[in-house]
Amino acid sequence: MTDLHTIRVTVNGTTYERTVEARMLLSDFIRHELGLTGTHVGCEHGVCGACTVLFDGQPVRSCLMFAVQADGHEIMTVEGLAPDPDHLHPLQEAFWEAHGLQCGFCTPGFLMTLKPFLEENPNPTEEEIRLAISGNLCRCTGYQHIIEAVKLAAEKMRK
Amino acid sequence: MKPPAFKYYAPTTVEEALALLAEHGYDAKPLAGGQSLIPTMNFRLAAPAVLVDLNRISDLSYIRAADDGGVRVGAMTRHARVERDALISARAPLVHETMPHIAHPQIRNRGTYGGSLAHADPAAELPAVTVALGGKVLARSQRGERWIPAEEFFIGLFTTVLEPDELLVEVALPPLPARTGWAFDEVARRHGDFALVGAAGVITLDDRGRCADVRLVFMGVGEGPVVAREAMNILKGEEPGEEAIRAAAEKASQADIDPIGDVHASADFRRHLAKVLARRVLTKAVERAQS
Repeated sequence: MTDLHTIRVTVNGTTYERTVEARMLLSDFIRHELGLTGTHVGCEHGVCGACTVLFDGQPVRSCLMFAVQADGHEIMTVEGLAPDPDHLHPLQEAFWEAHGLQCGFCTPGFLMTLKPFLEENPNPTEEEIRLAISGNLCRCTGYQHIIEAVKLAAEKMRK
Repeated sequence: MKPPAFKYYAPTTVEEALALLAEHGYDAKPLAGGQSLIPTMNFRLAAPAVLVDLNRISDLSYIRAADDGGVRVGAMTRHARVERDALISARAPLVHETMPHIAHPQIRNRGTYGGSLAHADPAAELPAVTVALGGKVLARSQRGERWIPAEEFFIGLFTTVLEPDELLVEVALPPLPARTGWAFDEVARRHGDFALVGAAGVITLDDRGRCADVRLVFMGVGEGPVVAREAMNILKGEEPGEEAIRAAAEKASQADIDPIGDVHASADFRRHLAKVLARRVLTKAVERAQS
């Protein structure tokens, strides 16, 4: 028995209408139905944080929600972060400049976790940064450069 | 990893949800924050035929002052809201202190107080803390409603006294008496991981500085929250000095718990952690009760 639902979801300012199976994860909806493959899927059980998106402005793991639950809600993915195709968001600039990524697989999840964090806490301590990213795993950097990148991003965003 | 197929309902009122639970019985599972249920489904360890999504029932999300001086929390109130709520920090400071230990920010944005209790994970923080505070939960079904003391709510591994047609709708936390201190602490491999052991302590002193009431509850050392009765008996009526607390913590780790060893920690190490954590939370609770 296939349980189908027609949903309307606004992603990065564009409203999409799709008919999906109830069991479709939000992460798969974003990637497979909308083709927004910037949202990465790592563990699919809520540990790695790679699939983090903003759901009504708050970071959530998109592998731990069903697409049908997003009906009528607003989502922002990493594709919605930069202001226009020629400019990066300060967070993205900072990750680039401070070598906050190597392979880049975890990066979209980090960026989407950090955007609301830095907006709410523009001048975080290192301890606060570490707690903020505790739900995102990175297997390349050892986190040190990510923390430097967050400090740099905070500085850029304060300006 | 994709969850198995299910029939999905998203009621907007508690009454509708109760009707769905009554109709589908054991086949149905309420979906709260989904931060435990959905991974379990992704792994196909759970395959409910029917999901009753509670996320569109806005009436279940609130934090209210209760007339008795305590606080009432709607079952669908998310951890992130509880964490930042002024009423919680004023009237249930133990809960406020515990919130940052629960998983990660992304999880706390979805996870709910009621969901955490109903899921009854033995390593979860809120069941232990709610038992330590002497809280109670309101269960509703089409048959009626009943208040269940938190201490009687958890009956085993991921198991509560809720019947399949019952929904946990509210948590009531009583007011703290005068001269009451509290503390929560846990040890996890990494911040936000499931803790190896956690402890919640609540102590009320009488006017001569002796323990009028003591609550010490562990998580991660049994099939649910474990009330450390022997340790509590040692302290009750006594002056909670360093020696008494040390004795109580020792007793708790030996007589009150029977932890299992697994890949994360041996049984002995869990006992050791329980002793250290009991000492820390009791000491802190006494300090706060005295100030």
